[in-house]
Amino acid sequence: MYDIKALYEAKSVPDAIELLLAHPQARIIAGGSDVLVQMREGKLAGSELVSIYGLDELRGIKLEDDGTIRIGSLTSFSHITKNRIIQQYINVLGEAVDMVGGPQIRNIGTIGGNTCNGVTSADSASTLFAWDAVIEITGPDGVRLVPIQEFYIKAGVVDLRPGELQTAILIRQDSYAGYQGHYIKYAMRNAMDIATTGCSVNVKLSPDKTTILDARIAYGVAGPVPMRAHSAESAVRGCAVSEETVDAFGKAALNDVNPRTSWRASREFRLQLVEELAKRALAESIRLSGGTI
Amino acid sequence: MSVGKSVIRVDAFDKVTGRAKYTDDLCGKNALVAKILHATIANGVVRSIDKTEAEAIEGVVKVITCFDVPDIRFPTAGHPWSTDPHHQDVADRKLLTDRVRYYGDDVAAVIAENEIAAAQALRAIKVEYEAYPFVLDQVEAMQDGAPQLHEKYPNNILAHTGYENGNYEEAIREKGLIKVEGWYDTPVVQHCHIENHICFAEMEGGRITVTSSTQIPHIVRRVVGQALGIPWGKVRIIKPYIGGGFGNKQDALYEPLCAFLCTQVGGRLVKLDVSREETFVSNRVRHAIRSHITTYVRPDGTFVARRLEAFSKQGAYASHGHGIVAKGATAFGQLYQSAACKVDAYTVFTNTPAAGAMRGYGIPQAMFALESHVEDIARQLGMDSLELRKKNMMPVGYVDGFSKNENYFDSLNQCIEKGKAYIDYDRKLREYQNQTGPVRRGVGMAIFWYNTAVWPISLETAACRIVLNQDGSVQLQMGDTEIGQGADTAFAQMAAETIGIPFENVHVISTQDTDITPFGTGAYASRQTYVGGFAIRQTALLLKERILKHAHELTRMPAFNLDIVDGKIVRTTDGRELMTLGELATEVLYSLTNSEHITAESTYQVKTNAYSFGCSFAEVEVDIPLCKVKLLNIVNVHDCGRLINPALAEAQVHGGMSMGIGYGLSEQLLFDPKTGRPLNNNLLDYKLSTTMDHPHIEAQFVENAEPTSAYGTKALGEPPACPGAPAIRNAVLQATGVAINTAPLTPHVLFSRFREEGLL
Amino acid sequence: MHETQYKLVRCTINGKKTETMVDVRASLTDMLRNDYRLTSVKKGCEVGECGACNVLIDGECFNSCIYLAVWADGKEIRTLESLLGPNGELSDIQQAFIDETAIQCGFCTPGFIMTAVEILESGKLYTRDELRKLLSGHLCRCTGYENILNAVEKTMKRRLGVAVEK
Repeated sequence: MYDIKALYEAKSVPDAIELLLAHPQARIIAGGSDVLVQMREGKLAGSELVSIYGLDELRGIKLEDDGTIRIGSLTSFSHITKNRIIQQYINVLGEAVDMVGGPQIRNIGTIGGNTCNGVTSADSASTLFAWDAVIEITGPDGVRLVPIQEFYIKAGVVDLRPGELQTAILIRQDSYAGYQGHYIKYAMRNAMDIATTGCSVNVKLSPDKTTILDARIAYGVAGPVPMRAHSAESAVRGCAVSEETVDAFGKAALNDVNPRTSWRASREFRLQLVEELAKRALAESIRLSGGTI
Repeated sequence: MSVGKSVIRVDAFDKVTGRAKYTDDLCGKNALVAKILHATIANGVVRSIDKTEAEAIEGVVKVITCFDVPDIRFPTAGHPWSTDPHHQDVADRKLLTDRVRYYGDDVAAVIAENEIAAAQALRAIKVEYEAYPFVLDQVEAMQDGAPQLHEKYPNNILAHTGYENGNYEEAIREKGLIKVEGWYDTPVVQHCHIENHICFAEMEGGRITVTSSTQIPHIVRRVVGQALGIPWGKVRIIKPYIGGGFGNKQDALYEPLCAFLCTQVGGRLVKLDVSREETFVSNRVRHAIRSHITTYVRPDGTFVARRLEAFSKQGAYASHGHGIVAKGATAFGQLYQSAACKVDAYTVFTNTPAAGAMRGYGIPQAMFALESHVEDIARQLGMDSLELRKKNMMPVGYVDGFSKNENYFDSLNQCIEKGKAYIDYDRKLREYQNQTGPVRRGVGMAIFWYNTAVWPISLETAACRIVLNQDGSVQLQMGDTEIGQGADTAFAQMAAETIGIPFENVHVISTQDTDITPFGTGAYASRQTYVGGFAIRQTALLLKERILKHAHELTRMPAFNLDIVDGKIVRTTDGRELMTLGELATEVLYSLTNSEHITAESTYQVKTNAYSFGCSFAEVEVDIPLCKVKLLNIVNVHDCGRLINPALAEAQVHGGMSMGIGYGLSEQLLFDPKTGRPLNNNLLDYKLSTTMDHPHIEAQFVENAEPTSAYGTKALGEPPACPGAPAIRNAVLQATGVAINTAPLTPHVLFSRFREEGLL
Repeated sequence: MHETQYKLVRCTINGKKTETMVDVRASLTDMLRNDYRLTSVKKGCEVGECGACNVLIDGECFNSCIYLAVWADGKEIRTLESLLGPNGELSDIQQAFIDETAIQCGFCTPGFIMTAVEILESGKLYTRDELRKLLSGHLCRCTGYENILNAVEKTMKRRLGVAVEK
């Protein structure tokens, strides 16, 4: 039994917006794997909830006419991993969300919930950062689009205004066409864990596979919210595919990150991971792109 | 013949269909819900509690605080009671306490109509504390001026024991000795049975019945009586199937409080369902032990003088107390031999959760320290560590003067040879010498010592009742408990064997009900097949004698020419089957002249103990830049005597090995040094191994039937949890050359050690 | 005074159409255990970390402890109780858990078996490592997972007509 003050089940997106406006204190519950846990802990005890779990219109993945990949916010992790569009164009996202918790969590957990809770360790977030994802938000004033880097305001806080809900995550064709990526989740065990540090890299190589035309890298738990490491990206853009380039990538990433010491890991250890994971994720992305080091 | 066969466990069908009933499945829907308010300071006192707001919440029936409970202190350890006051467990618990000794101590309880009201009430209770300084580390707690937990124990020392074999100071004066010393640390870990502790209590006929997830129903009965200050006969404990225990449920946990709360609401049904977070903190944990070991050794590897100082973190309450480190201290002196051996062991109160029994009872800690240390000695001498072990370990024929345990067989060498062969140790040891590069492999091993049951430290007794049915089948009742390990099945096999009936014809009454079940102290100390075996054999023979007496009357054959074979009365002289046991039982029960309901019941007091030995070998791959150990291969070889049920034995060893892997690599309960608050008391942050964290785990046996035992058995359940962690540690040492003396070998520990050693 | 909010939940449970008024605060675990007495659904952590309460909803596994009972409306739910045949026959996966000695305390068993059902119904042949990943949402303290993996792997192979070792 959960200490729910009142539960409002939305029947459509407009209905959800109305319910959120009518009950400004209410929290949105999607899959519930965060909200219900916090409610049991006492943090959200006694809250009103607007459930959007029943909104099947927010489930599923589509390739739009302009090549944009549109992921409905309620799409579960396991459905993302199994989806052919994801596998064909941005397989790394499917791999990344396949590392969330365990199978049952991946059946209930949604990509919208994973990004809206504003947590730096979210396994989907660093990959979405690395692919320049755009967040679609629907609210009383219609739809607005926000780059994911702007969507995260600070730890636990995202850019959702009263009456708004996240309805989709978009990845544009120019963000993914020609890129291959790899995600490494570093955690204390191999399942049912949250990332100590997560690192997602993708690269675009020259047609002869010897030069890095572009590289993008994002981290989870290298700062209060997921973050890109732009120094690392510029350090290797235009560089030859080589061991030196890979090393330079790892070193440069250290300029961008600011992990903290907590009981889960020290800043020093996380910095070690930041450098090492960057190198390994880049090397694997190059390999997936057909390059050799 | 049933013993020695891998028969299907007696509870398999019920468990695989979801029909097996556990405590919560048996609780009435009308139960009131009890929840406990836990202290949010690590040391101090409760000045006042304001429960007005909490009691005003709709659905709240009553709030009971530490000021409302009787001033009775009681012990909780699941030990047999001693009628000698000097051997009784420390009575330092109250039902609820105003003297807070750890973050999570029990200061109040709520009884409500439903769990939401109960949870709301917990949040609404206002407690005013006076906080004292606190101490989390056991060695710091011993220092003068450290915060004191219990008045009667200066420097927080619950107990100190020591012994000296030979003359240590004299022995170390021998010329040419090499001194090796090290400090070894093991963590606080928790049992993590998947069913949390839960109990419910109700009064009927002026008595309290508590149904509980416990390993030790008869002991809990006594403790509830003591805690409430009521005659023990007024208490009835029922133990249904339980979802694991591993020693945590070898303590009276919340049965006394639940029973008391029941009395506070007129005897209505009250359920106390412990959450996972509470299980980690407010039940029991395993003692963290810091060991300082010094060995003086001759260049040829002969141990001359050995010294152990061990400091055991008791936590806030005595529970099982000093017994844990004391057992490790015994192992230290026995597993290896030397001219002199001097040991000091301390058990020290700290402001942390109370430590109690946990699978291995001090030996996982002792083996981590000792087997790491022996590996370090070998490295320092440049000697093969297996040769070093073989040179010094307990020889065949060794007899312990206290327990009278004798090392009858060459079990250690036999186990080592099997383990070596399985893991291809010699070849890999050579192959993994002198590696360079970021990813390296290594092999390592550790041996273990264990004993069986608790004699002569405590009473060892078991009782058994067997009742013959009209069809020739029997009911078997034991005070010793099924906790998942397969005890019921082993008991049934033993009974079937001795009576001479098919295994299927033994119906084990799995549930213990202290009103009905013969006395038994329960599941702990790897004792049940050993100790229970005596009672079963004796009772089965008694039953058989009664059956054969009737057989004599019915068949006119002399009893000495009769036997029971596969459920039939057989004339031994020619093997003729004279009648079935069912025919006999029916005839006897319904006889108009000589009716008897054939039963047997007896108690057996055990005054022996038995050594159990074995080893583990591990192979690892260490990713140095990522500070990660990947376990590639692990094998445990164990001589636990004759295997009653080989498949169940193997399965039980798998579980012990899994626990050892977690102990070596990932599990530890952490506390905030600033507040004493537990940091990771949930199954996400406490790193219990998942399916993805194990390689194949291989369990093998050496079977030397134990001569003192009723069925040739000895300790099986706990020992496999002991050698895994040091075997892994020693494999990491071989791979990297870095000795890591702190378990578990987490990436954090590896990171700091690799930096110290210049690998990063 | 708190007015309890109820919802009529109509769903199929173990092949049978059911309906009951549910307190909206209830988890699916609460509903299955308390309203339908399906006691194979166990409580081990109540936050989705142990897998003891796992059930199948429309063919996928969910930890019912963190699934609101009201969401079950219109769904098809299966618990361990559904596996037994009409005459009490054990399903192949249940029999395999028995034969492989994959049961000890039995508390994690129902959850594991229901995930095994999802795996087996996929009709795919998985490697041992893939099975480890597919079963990783369940914690067990008794078995070290070894025999559970054996039970699932052997049943999978038997169903697919692949040779089973020993």
